[in-house]
Amino acid sequence: MYTTELEDKNKKPAPREVLVAEDPAKLVAFEARVAADEFIEPKDWMPAAYRKTLVRQMSQHAHSEIVGMLPEGNWITRAPSLRRKAVLLAKVQDEGGHGLYLYAAAETLGTSREEMIEALHSGRAKYSTIFNYPTLTWADIGAIGWLVDGAAILNQVPLQRTSYGPYARAMVKICKEESFHQRQGFEIMTVLAGGSPEQRRMAQDALDRWWWPSLMMFGPPDDNSPNTAQSIRWRIKRETNDELRQKFVDVTVPQADAIGLKVPDPKLAWNEARGSYDFGPVDWEEFYAVVRGEGLVAKDRMKARVAAWEDGAWVREAATAHAAKHVVKAAAE
Amino acid sequence: MNNDWPLWEVFVRAKHGLSHKHAGSVHAADARMALESARDTYTRRMEGVSLWVVPSAQIVASDPGEAAALFEPAADKVYRHPTFYVIPEHVKNI
Ligand SMILES: [Fe+2]
Ligand SMILES: [Fe+2]
Repeated sequence: MYTTELEDKNKKPAPREVLVAEDPAKLVAFEARVAADEFIEPKDWMPAAYRKTLVRQMSQHAHSEIVGMLPEGNWITRAPSLRRKAVLLAKVQDEGGHGLYLYAAAETLGTSREEMIEALHSGRAKYSTIFNYPTLTWADIGAIGWLVDGAAILNQVPLQRTSYGPYARAMVKICKEESFHQRQGFEIMTVLAGGSPEQRRMAQDALDRWWWPSLMMFGPPDDNSPNTAQSIRWRIKRETNDELRQKFVDVTVPQADAIGLKVPDPKLAWNEARGSYDFGPVDWEEFYAVVRGEGLVAKDRMKARVAAWEDGAWVREAATAHAAKHVVKAAAE
Repeated sequence: MNNDWPLWEVFVRAKHGLSHKHAGSVHAADARMALESARDTYTRRMEGVSLWVVPSAQIVASDPGEAAALFEPAADKVYRHPTFYVIPEHVKNI
């Protein structure tokens, strides 16, 4: 998901960036530190490719948190009770916080907030494909908390031990906050699944629509994600896409069973020998289409995001002017 | 390109009796705004009773290249630790 390369699979890596010559002695020392599970801090020496991969991964992760506020933000005023409104508002605020922790951590590598925001708004930067699906009903908010935050947790827990210190510390904070996100979503689903026939249908429909996109969040299969090995060696990633996807299926299927919902996969079956569920093939063509920007609401998301940024311009200008005025005043005193 | 507001480092005192600890950073136009953003960003769950914000540009940090010169001399001074000293077993309270 946030750690996968959201690039078109047909895009070839620029040959120059593969060939950056590093000081071999420094590289050996760096790799030894990482292999020993030491943390790398901002001012430490690091290979250019490590820095670059991290900036891309962390900014992509930050963008995902920020864009992820949009589908849920749509539902704050329509949540069915004051309790649900308060909870959803708190969750969306947390996601904003997650974005900020991650932007700040990425900035320690030499990129700027402005560059990252510009990359997102211009469409150059990617974010998780999951947020380009529409939230049609209230049950979708339940499904997102349960499945999307559930997938995020599985992805993020191992990243608390990622080799780059500021990233790992941001992950520790984020993981502390995610568990409530997932539980509030599951609670919504539990209530709907135990409600009227219409509510049950709504819950099942949400699961039907969000199941496969959630599995896609972990990224392409391992044999189709060429940079995974390097990222695992540098402890930028700690588990492969397929390992995490399998874990997600294994923990989530019994949760669906527990509230009487059916996972929409006819091939889903418990495999006694593996101690895991077998599951049907993911539609990777759909995934790559969404990566290319063909998600159902991709354009709406960016429009909403850019509008929020532009509508806030006068506030930023006023704050800058206010600060400048006080600097002048203080100098005069 | 960088037209970002200045960066501030945020330190949070988790409870009275503990020292302030680095929590992260925020961009803000001025000190007041930095405090308010720090409060929203780092203390949504009662993580703190007091905040410090410091302009990041004001922090002077040691260079990792100097780490050996600065910190390794401590390694061979084990006599700075109480366990270095041999005390007869029958002697108590020391
Ligand atoms: Fe999050
Ligand atoms: Fe979340």
